[in-house]
Amino acid sequence: MSKELINLVDISKSYDGEIVLDELNLNIHENEFLTLLGPSGCGKTTTLRILGGFVTPDMGRVVFDNQDITTLPPNKRQLNTVFQKYALFSHMNIAENIAFGLKIKNKPKTYINDKIKYALKLVNLEGFEKRMPDSLSGGQQQRIAIARAIVNEPKVLLLDEPLGALDLKLRQDMQYELIRLKNELGITFIYVTHDQEEALTMSDTIVVMNQGYIQQVGTPETIYNEPENAFVADFIGDSNIIDAVMLEDKLVSILGVRFACVDIGFGRNRPVDVVIRPEDVELVTPEEGALQGMVTHLIFKGVHYEMEVMAGGFEWLVHSTGMFPVGTKVGIKVDPFNIQIMNKPASEDEEAAAIEE
Amino acid sequence: MKNNGLTGKLLSSPYIVWAVIFIIVPLGMVFYYGLTDKTGAFTIDNVTAIMSAEHAKALWISLGLSLISTMICFFLAYPLAAILANMNVSQHSFIVLIFILPMWMNFLLRTLAWQALLEKTGVINNILAFFHLPALNIINTPYAIILGMVYNFLPFMVLPIYNSLVKIDPNVVNAAKDLGANRIQTFFKITLPLSIPGIISGITMVFIPALTTFVISKLLGGSKILLIGNVIEEEFTQAGNWHLGSGLSIVLMIFIIVNMAASAIFDKDGEGSLL
Repeated sequence: MSKELINLVDISKSYDGEIVLDELNLNIHENEFLTLLGPSGCGKTTTLRILGGFVTPDMGRVVFDNQDITTLPPNKRQLNTVFQKYALFSHMNIAENIAFGLKIKNKPKTYINDKIKYALKLVNLEGFEKRMPDSLSGGQQQRIAIARAIVNEPKVLLLDEPLGALDLKLRQDMQYELIRLKNELGITFIYVTHDQEEALTMSDTIVVMNQGYIQQVGTPETIYNEPENAFVADFIGDSNIIDAVMLEDKLVSILGVRFACVDIGFGRNRPVDVVIRPEDVELVTPEEGALQGMVTHLIFKGVHYEMEVMAGGFEWLVHSTGMFPVGTKVGIKVDPFNIQIMNKPASEDEEAAAIEE
Repeated sequence: MKNNGLTGKLLSSPYIVWAVIFIIVPLGMVFYYGLTDKTGAFTIDNVTAIMSAEHAKALWISLGLSLISTMICFFLAYPLAAILANMNVSQHSFIVLIFILPMWMNFLLRTLAWQALLEKTGVINNILAFFHLPALNIINTPYAIILGMVYNFLPFMVLPIYNSLVKIDPNVVNAAKDLGANRIQTFFKITLPLSIPGIISGITMVFIPALTTFVISKLLGGSKILLIGNVIEEEFTQAGNWHLGSGLSIVLMIFIIVNMAASAIFDKDGEGSLL
């Protein structure tokens, strides 16, 4: 992994007595696409605003390139932000918008003009110099907002739900666009979103947050395949989260039935949560299955069928390319490496704290 | 939905009748009287009468005093509007209330109150005399008129500017800071240009009533200072010369139309408007 660029150290922040961030620690590397992912109110936007300098943390330090920048105002920081809803300057044309930061820094005119051309080319909007922001579509405005930020050659680009206002198709196109941009620029992207699919598509590292705590940090594959707790499992994609008991290493009892698994080190007879992704649940004949049940719902989803199967007193969510009509008696089979074991929080309140470690 | 047009016309008819009787017809009468002489023959003498020394002087004083008042209003109103725009809703609604409270009182009454306050033996001078301080002698001077104009028209400057300031997305201001602008640069490059519609609207709403007023000058300026509004009023009520009064009104109307046109150019979306 390349060298660390930003360290957030014990960051806490509360508004009107409500804790938004609680002793958050996070290291961000050079040239990384890092996504802060979580539901609204999880503290992801506050984290971004602390990085941008718009919010000062109550406690803790922001270290950028080995320098403490906690109290440095936004205009003195080497990072630029792409805001939600673009925040373009509506009284300036596109060229003036892009030139804004460079003019403030008194760059020479030829340098500014070259930069405008370069940035517009980079975001595929050549020849838009004289247009006004209001005459552009949402996607185009978003590209201009990115262009306006990157001409300043920041080491880090902060993106605050930049695609939130766009429609689905455009959002998917822009995701690829952002990955391409990040690779061409070779700088760090810190991206905030509540959209798990967006996070999985674009990120090198995903930071899943909830209630002011980091729930899990990892690559998209790790986050999806090995969620550390029920929140992460539930937030990232669909999943079956089931109460279970870890009997011994590599053996778990789910709904009273013994399943082989690959996890070790949970001790004996320990209550745990088990996560099984819907596409990992295999439907077979009742005789072949470890559990027997009946299909209760069936929906065609295009790529696959989504079914609900009542088995062992639990409603299993199943994604499969094979179709089983409602009422079919089926067996359920799960491969050992598709069973993800997670520690059970002792109570709802301790959930976040326990996860923090 | 063919009926909609008809229903719309039907519903708007009371207002159309109102507008015709109280706006269109009087306006037509002003133009009729202004452009005819006592025999009913066409003439532009009533309009060109503005060139006479006495009338021109009144027009210049009016323009001067209303320009000064508008400027004072602007410099008082902008900081106030900016402070209000940065407050949260529960705080600012109270201050806005305090601010517009005097507006609910009769305009004439407020001006009369100032007369009572400013008089040679009025409230202010009684208090000053009690503390053995020199008396304030501004009643019947241009200063008193400017004071009256500023006091009466200030809210009309604050509200449009406030409206245009609260409409600025805080992230636009943040973006300017993010791109390296300090507070002063952010204000002059972002906030001020984005509030121009409100400023233009505020200037219009202060300048036009100030230019045309005759009550403030009558009550606070005594009979010493004649504004163009007083001249027109006297032509109608004392001299009984409706033709000359209308002719001078047409001149005044030209100033108003120029001002309105300017504000329409700068405020295309009507976003700076008061309501």
